[in-house]
Amino acid sequence: MAILINETTRIIVQGFTGKIGSFHAQDMINYGSNVVGGVTPGKGGQTHLGLPVFNTVKEAVQQAGAEASIIFVPPAFAADSIMEAADAGIKYCVAITDGIPTQDMMTVKNFLRRFPVEERMVLTGPNCAGTISPGRAMLGIMPGHIYMQGNVGIVGRSGTLGYEAADQMKRLGIGISTSVGIGGDPINGSSHRDILEKFENDPETKVVLMIGEIGGPQEVEAGLFAKEKMTKPVVAYIAGLTAPEGRRMGHAGAIISSAGESAAEKVALLRELGVTICPTPAAMGATVAEVLAKL
Amino acid sequence: MDIHEYQAKEILSGYGIKIAEGGLAYSPEDAVQRAREIGGHVWAVKAQIHSGARGKAGGIKICKTHDEVEAAADYLLGKRLITHQTGPAGKVCGRLYIEAGTEIAKELYFCLLVDRSSERIVMVGSAQGGMDIEELAVTNPEAIVKIYIEPAVGLQDYQARKMAFKLGLDAEVISHAVKTIKGCYQALRTLDVSMLEINPLVVTKSGELVALDAKMGFDDNALFRQLKISELRDKTQEDPREMAAADRGLSYVGLDGDIGCMINGAGLAMATMDMIKLAGGEPANFLDVGGGASAERTEKAFRLVLADKNVKAMLVNIFAGINRCDWIAEGVVHAVKKIDMKIPLIVRLSGTNVEEGRKIIAESGLPIITADTLAEAAEKAVQARNEIVAKEAAGA
Repeated sequence: MAILINETTRIIVQGFTGKIGSFHAQDMINYGSNVVGGVTPGKGGQTHLGLPVFNTVKEAVQQAGAEASIIFVPPAFAADSIMEAADAGIKYCVAITDGIPTQDMMTVKNFLRRFPVEERMVLTGPNCAGTISPGRAMLGIMPGHIYMQGNVGIVGRSGTLGYEAADQMKRLGIGISTSVGIGGDPINGSSHRDILEKFENDPETKVVLMIGEIGGPQEVEAGLFAKEKMTKPVVAYIAGLTAPEGRRMGHAGAIISSAGESAAEKVALLRELGVTICPTPAAMGATVAEVLAKL
Repeated sequence: MDIHEYQAKEILSGYGIKIAEGGLAYSPEDAVQRAREIGGHVWAVKAQIHSGARGKAGGIKICKTHDEVEAAADYLLGKRLITHQTGPAGKVCGRLYIEAGTEIAKELYFCLLVDRSSERIVMVGSAQGGMDIEELAVTNPEAIVKIYIEPAVGLQDYQARKMAFKLGLDAEVISHAVKTIKGCYQALRTLDVSMLEINPLVVTKSGELVALDAKMGFDDNALFRQLKISELRDKTQEDPREMAAADRGLSYVGLDGDIGCMINGAGLAMATMDMIKLAGGEPANFLDVGGGASAERTEKAFRLVLADKNVKAMLVNIFAGINRCDWIAEGVVHAVKKIDMKIPLIVRLSGTNVEEGRKIIAESGLPIITADTLAEAAEKAVQARNEIVAKEAAGA
């Protein structure tokens, strides 16, 4: 099972023939992802990495049966690429691009809401490392070998902190159903809550690890969802205990700008909502292990 | 990116928002000259720093003579102003805005910003202007009006009218208020503004609606298409180390501790800093070197961290994905040799090509302390820092 992607998901790469797109497309193919082609406007009809190149996403959907896409398009054009994917009937899209203007993302989100829920493309990112269902498919830029297949779901804003969690879990012999990066931007495709809902509905996932950070309301919203709607335990770590107020910590969205957005406040609220908190970032694996042991 | 009040007012004026007459001054002589040009009998001499709450910090002086203007300008220029928004280091005032005095009948609060929860633009207003909105949100939340704007159709007149009536404005200024509010919205959408605050927006005794202060922040991600806005950047208002980092494509935030950090990825960087704190230390900085950390980039990052003289020990934590540990290790060895580093260095490598990376560090012959896990790395960094501090104390 897993969520969002598996070994049969037909994947295309938007920004396929560029340097970054090519590198990661090859990496995803090597991992075993079912990459069926890519899109680079103006290069339709060519072959790249042994796969067909299309001018539009629509053609990739019609001719190659594309279901999921990954976007490596530069920031100025990325919002357009996301909307093109949604309009063409792509079901799931990962936007890797870092640096998309916030108002462009507002437009994207508004555009997606025009589709009926059952036809609406799921978007994760931008500014993320992507999604991996270990042993099945990788739709991202992560080092695939650090992930072991299993039954813990991971959702997080940060790429490398997600790797850290997967590594800690692997050392303890704990595997992952799917790991989803939702990205570090203030307006993103899917929230922590959206991904928790998918894990709740996935029979293979037993526990979910949520890796959050300072800034914005999404971790607490997810905690409310976990309390009200979930049967599966949620474990969380919130990064940024030492982050000063009003300063942007790398991610565009990692800034404490109003009450309830600091790590300490989020931790207190999540604990109240029954979420198990990892006492330190070095204890993400161990905390998940404890929760798994109680099932 | 933030800009100054006078720059924000100039922009807003172009969108039909009424402002008091004013001019920029870099010296007390300039200030008097501006006051002469403006005319009248009352002037506000306003320190231009990137912060709100300047009045409370003594950054705004009301003057009734040219001599007073000169004295106020002399006092404010070069002065370090400290507000709750600048932090304890404060910000140095290098420019003044001299403005005609305004006879105020009523002070209002008005703001437009991109709201993360609703993923829309929200318009916030209050009839109780002039004070800190965060404070008002706690003490009297009912006094704050919020109106959300549907992005596809934009701000509608009825919404602007609703806001104007909620602000308690009289019928005769409503149409001007609608024009003001719509002008602000237009500026926000056209210029990729992330936050536009007018506090206070005043009704003058002659019944006009005037932006007495203006604060604008822009989306850094959109500056590539707002070239005129980028030119308004005042580097003197930003931390020189952070500016230097940004110029090198690194993301750096200086903090008060003494354990320097170099990490890849913002989340892992924050987590490593948390781990240092939990191990009993204090991080000196946030530094994300990003992906593709070349030897050259690594050296730049080292120099940046070590430029902070408080740093007693340095921790490098890299989880290589696109990066490779052997490349990072080579970069670290190169940097340590080139810089002739004197303080303890703790390196933790993980991910792609970790064995090769560790081998390079081990064979370098340098006194680098290595760690396998995040916890071990933080503990060793704190321990090394404590030993240095103890040694310094014994020496002194």
